[in-house]
Amino acid sequence: MSTAAISPGRQTLRRMLANPSVIIGGVLVLAVVLLGLLAPVLGTRDPADISPKDRNQPPGYETTVRDHSGKKVPVVYRLGSDTLGRDVYSRIIYGARISLVVGVSVATISIVIGMAIGVLAGYVRWLDGIIMRVMDGLMAIPAILLAIAVVSLFSAGLTSVIIAIVVPEVPRVVRLVRSIVLSIREEPYVEAAITAGTRTPVLLVRHILPNTIAPLIVQGTFIVASAIIVEAILSFLGIGIPPEIPTWGNIMAEGRAVFQLFPHNIFYPGLVLALTVLAVNMLGDGLRDTLDPRFAKRL
Amino acid sequence: MEQQNVLEVRNLSVSLPKNADRPNAVENISFTVAPGEIVCVVGESGSGKSVTASAVMGLLPAALKPSTGETLLQGEDTLQANANRLRDLRGTRMAMIFQEPMTALNPVTRVGEQISEVLEIHTDLSAADRRKRAIEIMEAVHLPDPEKMVDSFPHQLSGGQRQRIMIAMALVLDPALLIADEPTTALDVTTQAQILKLIKEMQERRGTGVLFITHDFGVVAEIADRIVVMQNGRVVEYGDRDDVLRRPKEPYTQMLMASVPSMTPPDRMPRTGKNAIEVSNLNKIYGRTGWLSKDRIVHAASNVDLHVRRGETLGIVGESGSGKSTVARCIARLIDPTSGTISLHGTDIGTLPQAKLRPHRRKVQIVFQDPYRSLNPRRTIGQSLVEAPVNFGVPIDQALKTARDLMELVGLSGDALERYPHQFSGGQRQRICIARALAVEPDVLIADEAVSALDVSVQAQVLELLDDIRERYDLAMLFITHDLRVAAQICDRLIVMKKGVVVEQGPTKEVYSNPQHDYTRLLLDAAPGRDVTFGSDTAA
Repeated sequence: MSTAAISPGRQTLRRMLANPSVIIGGVLVLAVVLLGLLAPVLGTRDPADISPKDRNQPPGYETTVRDHSGKKVPVVYRLGSDTLGRDVYSRIIYGARISLVVGVSVATISIVIGMAIGVLAGYVRWLDGIIMRVMDGLMAIPAILLAIAVVSLFSAGLTSVIIAIVVPEVPRVVRLVRSIVLSIREEPYVEAAITAGTRTPVLLVRHILPNTIAPLIVQGTFIVASAIIVEAILSFLGIGIPPEIPTWGNIMAEGRAVFQLFPHNIFYPGLVLALTVLAVNMLGDGLRDTLDPRFAKRL
Repeated sequence: MEQQNVLEVRNLSVSLPKNADRPNAVENISFTVAPGEIVCVVGESGSGKSVTASAVMGLLPAALKPSTGETLLQGEDTLQANANRLRDLRGTRMAMIFQEPMTALNPVTRVGEQISEVLEIHTDLSAADRRKRAIEIMEAVHLPDPEKMVDSFPHQLSGGQRQRIMIAMALVLDPALLIADEPTTALDVTTQAQILKLIKEMQERRGTGVLFITHDFGVVAEIADRIVVMQNGRVVEYGDRDDVLRRPKEPYTQMLMASVPSMTPPDRMPRTGKNAIEVSNLNKIYGRTGWLSKDRIVHAASNVDLHVRRGETLGIVGESGSGKSTVARCIARLIDPTSGTISLHGTDIGTLPQAKLRPHRRKVQIVFQDPYRSLNPRRTIGQSLVEAPVNFGVPIDQALKTARDLMELVGLSGDALERYPHQFSGGQRQRICIARALAVEPDVLIADEAVSALDVSVQAQVLELLDDIRERYDLAMLFITHDLRVAAQICDRLIVMKKGVVVEQGPTKEVYSNPQHDYTRLLLDAAPGRDVTFGSDTAA
């Protein structure tokens, strides 16, 4: 044992960096994030530019188009073009932005709301029954159906899609936080803090909530993955993000009609979607193994 | 001619994974178990006693590998046996019982079926015969009404009955060797006495060799024929019971024996100081009547009266479910008493609402049983120690200075304040918890089984520390324990509780020498090894 103070946090970080799932998942997620951030400099064109003469071309198709100033420039459709002659490659790259924005904001919002409600349910005993019955009710409705209902209440758009996905995610976070609060409040160190005269808000923030961070990070990654998928589903069904904005779901929806003739319109966005979700899930699995050793596969 | 040994462990070493604190879990150990003999392996936590048992049974975790030696079960080396052979041997020639009878039994299978499963695997008996054998063996371990109990589920039985079922399962095929790994540690003292008696009876009647793993020297004194004392994976001393317990040769064994608290209370001056805390008519009732729940209520504490004077230690003893911890937690106001008064320097804190209670909190501090869960693992020792003083308005610099002094008072260095709990051993953490409790200068210190989770040598040191700070700060101490040896040594007065009711109280010496209530007598009689004075060759 060294004499220096090794904080439990630093140990966890060390364990994390030695976990292959964290590394592989993390690198892939980082790649998708960079893809989204650096979209304009990755050889993309305006993803909304249509070119009727270049409709439904296969990947690698080379042609010339007029740019905004009317000059003819040579272009390559790396992943082919869609039914309006738009560049699928550019649309997929720009689509990463929407997917990430939806995934991250759904995860953040549902964790913030879920944490607040979960702490209330776990610590204020008389509220527990009421809150949890409402949450049970929300969980009884299929998530997609609930999302469709929420979207139809508002106008279609990014905000309403995010709200629609957050609503069914919140009960899961509430349950998780509540169960942790319930078990941690019985810990002797929490009782010691009570006898030490620590006020309830401080008690919660200092002694109870830190225990929810690790499980919530893990849960958060799974929410990101499922939000990306649900967004794609909603867009594919035509009730999500408006079709003029490129999202992976929208690209696939447009390619659906001509799928048998031009499969690249569905294949490439589908592949990127699958890889992204796989990467996020791998990262989540790795984080769970390192942050929450109780669930670790091997010991 | 000498009989063949049931078990012969020769030069056994089991290596630990590379990053462990020592190269071997057990190193070069040798001992034998003869038929009809009980050999106790004793040692403190981390001594390697359970690893020894697992090695014999072929139950070592994958990370631990036996490196040298052999474990001969009636001449056959179990370390060399393959999985199939081990399966044949387990149950028929060696069997094991565990510490926790609830988790060792399958909760969704009837106990009779669990016994007959052993028969099904190893014999050709028909289902009807198996059931008959199960009932017979249940009768042999003195379970009441085995004809009916054979169809019970584990949760319908008490802890002692479950352990009897475990013993029945282990003995149903008459194995030559029975390994018992802390089989009574999770049981109450009266149940423990019955189970020990049963193990002894079974072993005498069937001539089974028993390898008995325990950390409790009282239990050792009660049943051992021979004793293996282990420390850090090595055998320190090995010999006949009376030699080891009364005339230990090795310094380590001598130290252990000196640490075992005696059942004879020392003479203590009666304390005459002012009452620090008075409790009268304290009731705690669990359960409620509602439109959904049935009327099920439990009197966890009924009409408890007690008072503790300054500088006095009052012990509350009792078995699990006696309500001793409920009383302590009511006094610390971790739970709200249903009725009654708790008078602390003139204020009744029993019914004060949380908001008004806060200024009084610092007067009553509590030290818990489990040193591993009593400190927030995310906060440094310093942060934990200054939390309470800062809550009550002490400037942080001053609180830190006091914390440093307190750490030295409890025998730790002041530098330890920057470290985290996981860097300390169980005994050190318990010292830290005591320091934390003292940081707000309480009048009343509650020790709720505060030494029960500690090894005997550490326990002796912590008890000494508690007695020392009680004297130094003129503290009123409320000492909750199930351990009558510990209570005998530290308490001035005793309260004996059973099912929420105080059945007897008085000065410790009187309660021990002249118990008035039947239940107190029962408890004292059940305390294992009560007649043995450890480490003294003058004892009878």
